[in-house]
Amino acid sequence: MNFDFSDDQKQLRDQARKFLAEKCSPKAVRVVLDGKAPYDKELWKGLAEMGFLGVAIPEEFGGAGAGHLELCVIAEEMGRANAPVPFSSTVYLAAEALLIAGSDAQKKKWLPAIASGEAIGTLALFEGKGNPSPKNVKLTAANGVLNGVKKPVADGAIADFAVVAARTGPSGRENDLSLFLVDLKAGGVEVKSLTNLDPTRGQAEISFKDCKAEPLGAAGEGWSILTQVLDRAAVLCAFEQVGGSDRALEMGRDYALDRVAFGRQIGSFQAVKHMLADMYVSATLARSNCYYGAWALSTNAAELPEAAAAARISATQAFQHCAKNNIQVHGGMGFTWEFDCHMYYRRANAMALGLGSLSYWEDQLIDRMRKKNAA
Amino acid sequence: MNFDDTPQEAEFRSVARAWISANAPKQYEEELRKSSLGRTVLKNANILEVAKAWQKKKADAGWACLHWPKEYGGRGSSPIERVIWQQEEGPFAQLSRMFIIGHGMCGPTMMAFAREEHKRKYLPPLASGEKVWCQLFSEPAGGSDVAGLRTRAEKDGDDWLINGQKIWTSGAHYSDYGILLTRTDPTVPKHKGLTMFFLDMKSPGVEVRPIKQASGASDFNEVYFTNVRIPDHQRLGEVGDGWNVSLTTLMNERSAIGAAVSTGFPELFEYCSSLMLDDGPAIENRAVRSKLANWAVKASGLKYTSMRAISALSRGERPGPENSIGKLVAGSMIQDVATYALDLQGAAGVVSGAEDAELAGRFQAMLLRAPGTRVEGGTDEIMRNIIAERVLGLPGDIRVDKDVPFNMIPTKGR
Repeated sequence: MNFDFSDDQKQLRDQARKFLAEKCSPKAVRVVLDGKAPYDKELWKGLAEMGFLGVAIPEEFGGAGAGHLELCVIAEEMGRANAPVPFSSTVYLAAEALLIAGSDAQKKKWLPAIASGEAIGTLALFEGKGNPSPKNVKLTAANGVLNGVKKPVADGAIADFAVVAARTGPSGRENDLSLFLVDLKAGGVEVKSLTNLDPTRGQAEISFKDCKAEPLGAAGEGWSILTQVLDRAAVLCAFEQVGGSDRALEMGRDYALDRVAFGRQIGSFQAVKHMLADMYVSATLARSNCYYGAWALSTNAAELPEAAAAARISATQAFQHCAKNNIQVHGGMGFTWEFDCHMYYRRANAMALGLGSLSYWEDQLIDRMRKKNAA
Repeated sequence: MNFDDTPQEAEFRSVARAWISANAPKQYEEELRKSSLGRTVLKNANILEVAKAWQKKKADAGWACLHWPKEYGGRGSSPIERVIWQQEEGPFAQLSRMFIIGHGMCGPTMMAFAREEHKRKYLPPLASGEKVWCQLFSEPAGGSDVAGLRTRAEKDGDDWLINGQKIWTSGAHYSDYGILLTRTDPTVPKHKGLTMFFLDMKSPGVEVRPIKQASGASDFNEVYFTNVRIPDHQRLGEVGDGWNVSLTTLMNERSAIGAAVSTGFPELFEYCSSLMLDDGPAIENRAVRSKLANWAVKASGLKYTSMRAISALSRGERPGPENSIGKLVAGSMIQDVATYALDLQGAAGVVSGAEDAELAGRFQAMLLRAPGTRVEGGTDEIMRNIIAERVLGLPGDIRVDKDVPFNMIPTKGR
């Protein structure tokens, strides 16, 4: 049994960690956090040069043609570094949607541009409150034009194109949903930035007014494609969350070793030790669930839907747990803008919602486990 | 990344599978498969006898104590082969429970510290299950703080005279031998005055009294020693070096990788899948689904953590203390799972008798046994300390009794 990443993949992880330690220090993240730039353009360029943006994109479309396991190890490092770039929107959502459902022409147009860092993509799914569901999509598509409003759209204000979920039939059923590709620079859209929990990753409202769009995948197949995209993104985001969990745990551990109160290191108090031990437990369970998700993703296994939901839930819980208790270990200093703890707290809680909230994924997991048991 | 065996592992698995399939006591398979925490019973047979017979059969064919050297009754297998065997043994592995302490802790301690002639005499019948061993460490005054034990061993000619009391000794009532940690010098700090022995549990002056547990069952015992004589050649390690010897024993306890920990989740999921609540099927109830999902990811997290450890073994690496999380997570989880299963039964959940209760009282038995799992083999708190200190590198507790002679340490809080 070799339920682990290969030596080459581990080497890639080390390479990504080293690169991000250099190019994506907390100081660099703060430039975006403080609103001085919408995202880190230099870092984005560097990620393209390293081949990270196109690591899972086939060579014929300008990528490195490696695979999803390679993308998983990079995702973990992106989460660890709290990278302020539109990586998940572009690489996990837009690129994966194109890979699953894009025509040859669509792939040729957008995938090389993603790999080279020239195009930022995103998924426009949500329309206000609510989780992923065909019922919650009200934006309409008729005669090749879209009308409606999407919000929140991750990285919507900096994206060049979007995969848009639209209603193409009368009821709210699954087969009334279709996906469209929209060039956001071609007119017909109005974009407004939204203040959000995590300023290092933008959110936007996008209004479509008679906006021209081309279909992505067959009409009526939107929900089925979307489900696959969300499952893949769930695994990849889970790796970011595990990377973030580990970093938050390390920060807490380091501070507990450093800080002295009552004449001793605070890390020698059991109340603090046990809090950190519990963070380690959450992070370890999440990592193991993620590895299973990575295996299912990379082999396109029938277990992917269940494995993705489990990874999503476990990693979301772990990151929220580690991020909040990291602040607790730091005490008052953890609650200052100056310390980095809140960046992980913000990211953890924003990521917990981005692909649908925990209650949605809990529901998905149970449905999928029942389906497996019935089969 | 894959779950595949190497060719050698696959070969081993198929040989093991074929032997188990041809030899296992299949008449008990169904009952063993349905057993859960607090309830491993065979209706028409004595489980100890069935277990001993299965162990002897394995030993005769060379399948006992796979990881032990052949000359001591083992098979000389690699750690990964031991894991594969456990996987293939499946429900029949339940029958090895009475041997876990002997095979996992006493045997390795004997191997490391006993004289060669003792190893050749005592280890093969331990491997074959003909003789059962227990571990006599914990005391009323030394639970988590094992080194605080007070049982005295005093030199008397070529023998040692033992006086004192042990507690929480699993299986002492059916054990033939035991390894015993004693205090030989109370005038030095507590870790320095300990010495380890092994002894015949039938020695004059040994008295075993079963403890009636909170669950009503009796798995553990108190063991009293009154002027029990142990010859010096049954000493394990040097006089005063008992603490180091005991660490060998405890390390072996924690390296039991791949042994499935019981979370109660499969039982709960199965139960909820057919249970009807007042407003419809439990499995379609939002609150039930949320609870199940949260436990599902803990159970799968443990399963794949174990797979990662097995992969490390397969590469020839030694698993570390990070594997402490299995017991820590599963212990409190099974307690919560059982509590919730009864909650779903409403007032009827209170009925626990096998004849009248839901599922013959499976979850009631689980609830009553569960508190013990969070204490035995290292409390939740000790497990968290292990993770914090050995995995995360946090400082050890400040020990106020560390440099104090044992007989000067206060014994009462107030």
